[in-house]
Amino acid sequence: MSMLREKLENTTEQVFTAEFPSVDGGGMARVEKNAARLAPWFDAVNATDNPAAHAHTSNTTTAIAMKMYGLEPIMQIVCRDKNRLAIQSDMMGASLHGITNISLLTGDDVTAGDEPEARRVFDVDSAQAINIARILATGKYLSGRKIDPAPDFYIGAVENAAAPPFDYRIQRALKKHRAGAQFLQLQICYHPDRLEAFCKGVAEVAPDLKLIPTVVLLKGARGLSFMNDKVPGIDVPVGTLARIQNASDPSNEAYKLTLELATHALTLPNVRGLHVTDFRHDHTLEDLMNDLGQTPRSSITNR
Amino acid sequence: MLKKLLPFIEHVIKEPVWDCRMCGQCVLHSTGMTCPMTCPKTLRNGPCGGVRENGNCEVKPEMQCIWVKAYDRTISLPLPKVWKEHYNELRPPVNMQLQGTSSWVNLVTKRDQQVPGGWSVQDAGH
Repeated sequence: MSMLREKLENTTEQVFTAEFPSVDGGGMARVEKNAARLAPWFDAVNATDNPAAHAHTSNTTTAIAMKMYGLEPIMQIVCRDKNRLAIQSDMMGASLHGITNISLLTGDDVTAGDEPEARRVFDVDSAQAINIARILATGKYLSGRKIDPAPDFYIGAVENAAAPPFDYRIQRALKKHRAGAQFLQLQICYHPDRLEAFCKGVAEVAPDLKLIPTVVLLKGARGLSFMNDKVPGIDVPVGTLARIQNASDPSNEAYKLTLELATHALTLPNVRGLHVTDFRHDHTLEDLMNDLGQTPRSSITNR
Repeated sequence: MLKKLLPFIEHVIKEPVWDCRMCGQCVLHSTGMTCPMTCPKTLRNGPCGGVRENGNCEVKPEMQCIWVKAYDRTISLPLPKVWKEHYNELRPPVNMQLQGTSSWVNLVTKRDQQVPGGWSVQDAGH
C-alpha cells in the first residue's frame, strides 16, 4: 500500500519527500535514528541507489530497513550499475517486501564518484527502465514471461528542469509519463524562471503528471558553490551566490533563499509538494516545514 | 562474403561521419542525424540530468552533449517531417546481439525492429 500514491492520486494535499542518508555502517541503530528524524515530516523518503556513484548499502536493503522503522520508501534504481536483468530483479525484490514506490533514474556517471575506473553499465536508460516497471506491473517480465500475480508499483522518475536543452525537458517529462511515470521528483534548481517554464509546459502536455521540485537546506555559500562546481546539471546564478556570500548572516540568508524557492515552487502548476534535501542537520528543517505550514505527523504508524 | 563485407562498408562510411559504434540498430534518422551511442551513457531516449550549463557533457566536459546537438539538429536540419516526429518516441533497449552487424541488413530483414517479447509502448493518448 502506497500512501504516497493515495495522497497524490486521491487528494489535493501537498506531499513532502526527502532523501534517506546513505547507510555505510552503524547498523540498524543508524537507520532507526535517521528514520526517527525524518518520520514526523515526510510522506515518503528516497532509498537511494549508490548516489553520486559512491557505493553504499544497497537500495533494496535500505528500503526494507526504512520500512521497518515506519518510513514509506521510494526505492530508486539507477541505470549505471545494473543491466536489465538486475533492474528487473531489484523491482521484483522490492515488490516481495511490499515496497510499491519505485523511481527510475539514469544515474550520475561513474566518473562522478570515488571509483571512476568502474565499468558503467547503462544497458537500459531511465525511460526504458520506467517502461519496464510498467510492463512488470502488467504481469510480465521484459522477455514476456508471466508474473502472476503482477507486482503493484507506483512509478516515479526524476527530471532536471533546469539543464539544457531547456525546451526539450518538457518533452522528456512527457516521454517518461507515457512510459509509466506518475510523478517526477525534480533536480535541485536555482533558476525559478526555468522551473516555472518547465512546470507550465508539463501542465499543458501532461496534466496528470505530479511534480515534486527539490529544495536544499545549506549552511552557506560554500555548499552552494560546491553544488555549482561539482554536482552535474546544477547551475547556481552568480547573483544568488553573491547574495549569500555578501550577507551579514550567510546562514540565515541561505535559509531565506531556500524558503523563497520552496514557496515559489509550491505555487507552480502540477507541483504537488516538495522534496527536501537537508545538508544542515540543524533546526532549519523544522523551521522550513513550519514556515510552509506543515505540522509534524503525531506518531509513526506501521506502514 | 556479403555478410562480412556489408558491416565493413557500413563502418567505413558511417564511422568518419557519425562516429558510428555499429550497434546494428541505427536510429540516426530520428535523432537529428546524431548517434546516441556516442553518449558516454549510451542513452537512446534523451539527455540525462547532468548536462552542463554550456550544453556540454557531464562525463566529457569538452564535448557537446549529443542530445543537445540532436535536439538542435532535429529543429534546424531540413530532415523529413516524419523523421522529426520520431524524435521523442520511446526507443526500446538495445539488442546487444546485433552489436557489430550491419544496420542496413537489419533494416531490410527487420531484425532491428524486433523487441523483447514483453516490450510494449503505451500509446500517446493513454
